[in-house]
Amino acid sequence: MGHGPAFEPKNGAVKWFNDRLPILSLLHGALGPGYMAPRNLNYWWNFGSLAGLCLVIQLLTGIVLAMHYTPDTLVAFDSVERIMRDVNYGWLMRYMHANGASFFFIAVYIHILRGLYYGSYKAPREVLWMLGLVIFLLMMATAFMGYVLPWGQMSFWGATVITNLFSAIPVVGDSIVTLLWGGFSVDNPTLNRFFSLHYLLPFVIIGVVILHIWALHLPGSNNPLGIDAKDDADKIPFHPYYTTKDIFGIGVFLLFFCAFLFYAPNAMGHPDNYIPANPLVTPDSIVPEWYFLPFYAILRSITFDLGIPFTDIVFIPAKLLGVIAMFGSILLLFFLPWLDTSKVRSAKFRPTYKILFWFFVVDMVILTIVGGKKPEGIWPVVGLIGTFYYFAHFLVIMPILGKIEKTLPLPESIANPVIKAPQKGI
Amino acid sequence: MSTIDQSIHGDDVTRRDMIHLGTAGVGAIGAAAAIWPFVHQMNPAADTLALATVEVDLSQIGEGEGVVIMWRGKPVFVRHRTAAEIAEAEGVDVSSLADKQSDGERVKPGKAQWLVISGVCTHLGCVPLGTKPGDEKGEYDGWFCPCHGSHYDISGRIRKGPAPKNLEVPAYAFTSDTTIIIG
Ligand code: HEM
Ligand code: FES
Repeated sequence: MGHGPAFEPKNGAVKWFNDRLPILSLLHGALGPGYMAPRNLNYWWNFGSLAGLCLVIQLLTGIVLAMHYTPDTLVAFDSVERIMRDVNYGWLMRYMHANGASFFFIAVYIHILRGLYYGSYKAPREVLWMLGLVIFLLMMATAFMGYVLPWGQMSFWGATVITNLFSAIPVVGDSIVTLLWGGFSVDNPTLNRFFSLHYLLPFVIIGVVILHIWALHLPGSNNPLGIDAKDDADKIPFHPYYTTKDIFGIGVFLLFFCAFLFYAPNAMGHPDNYIPANPLVTPDSIVPEWYFLPFYAILRSITFDLGIPFTDIVFIPAKLLGVIAMFGSILLLFFLPWLDTSKVRSAKFRPTYKILFWFFVVDMVILTIVGGKKPEGIWPVVGLIGTFYYFAHFLVIMPILGKIEKTLPLPESIANPVIKAPQKGI
Repeated sequence: MSTIDQSIHGDDVTRRDMIHLGTAGVGAIGAAAAIWPFVHQMNPAADTLALATVEVDLSQIGEGEGVVIMWRGKPVFVRHRTAAEIAEAEGVDVSSLADKQSDGERVKPGKAQWLVISGVCTHLGCVPLGTKPGDEKGEYDGWFCPCHGSHYDISGRIRKGPAPKNLEVPAYAFTSDTTIIIG
């Protein structure tokens, strides 16, 4: 993407400093008037900065919580209750942190879907897309370990179930689980290391976010038309145009955030987590936080072994197959830039993909619902069909569709909405 | 070693290459040796490993009843089975099972009324229901794991659901007719 006006400070002292450490030039080029962005970005492009805001909220509130929290199984639960009842504004800090995690995932999920719809993962943005997935994986690890810290029933049993996933690995599985636990069950050593890592990983995320933005600024942002921004007529400086648009988005986002924070702070949590952890009693049903539900549904939907039917020969037992499907469902996304064979980026010009994209969204919603239900009645079947469709979307539909779909003619340029291909009538 | 001979005379591999290789090799071994403590510190510490044993007084457990004992931070089910339950457990065709074990292999000889099994579902580690009166016992009258729907029979063997293995029988011994020691 072309560069905007260079950074030329008028103030002598600023210039003196910038000549010695050009960090102001860097910011000017990355988030200021120096970064030229496509002129047609719509509101779906707001969710990147919103995810960034969430990261800042989590860091600030998290560091405050860590000042009052005690990672010891005997007192962890009580220390969180003390934050809620006795620490000045402790309730606000904790509710911001707990709801902040949910909103972080909302922002990131919309951000990812935006990328899927407008083909932002395609060349030359493959590495950018993969860095985003790395952030997503780190976020999941961070949120999972954070949820263990209050040491309620869901904390304990969620941690037990998820760490046990690794026992499905052949031969070394059990040793890995013991290594993760530091004992023979989820216990004090586990809580301590989770706290340490929960503190660390968000800072690793910051590092990857910087790489993510670096990789973004080489080709520049994609845009709703999915065509390359060519000359200056296609672009506008990031500041003031997108800084103001992002700030407006932040205002709207904070309205929703505050609505939950002040009127329904526990709506997205699970009441069982207000019961202290009890290693002898499993709750009625273990449900992870809502943002993990689709993947939890995929895990649970696999209840059959992979082997030769009607014999005892089993290649992959059900437990391992479920774990492979769950991790595979995310790792698969790393290959999406090559699984999607269409040259056209934006769904705007892909009439069939546009519909199938929404099928995929519906499938995710269904998997989310299934993940929250007890595995009884029709739910396991629905989950299996949903899982099957998820994989079919990426492994079958995307490669074939790109080859056979008749795409619509692309516009000449962003600034000039005349269609490139020969026009009939109009 | 012909390559080394050649190297002395300045062919492909020189003495300097050997020094580079040697240095990198020693460095790699050193790095691996330094990483190991960072990994191994995660494993159970000595005090965690010094695992306790627990003694269970069986005289308190009536026929058809069970208790949950805490051992190494995990539940152990001790169940006093009725004659009908033993008959049911022994009557199962072993070859039809996912994890083939006869009931006899899972109890101490002559003590078939006492079933001592780990209360940790072999799927992902939940505690199956079925010990308390009124609990759901699943389709095979033993235990039912509510997490992902695994059904265990009255011998603690997996019969239906995602769990791959039977509920484990921990190491235990009878110290008298009415006491066992687990661990
Ligand atoms: C990527 C950013 C982060 C995410 C997604 C995240 C997520 C979470 C979640 C879901 C919880 C459980 C909340 C609950 O139900 O009570 C939690 C708890 C906690 N987090 Fe974070 N967190 C992040 C960053 C941080 C940081 C940087 C710190 C700083 C040390 C921190 C410290 C804590 C503490 C002390 C708790 C326990 C208190 C509590 O449960 O409210 N977090 N986190
Ligand atoms: S943990 Fe028991 S069925 Fe999954």
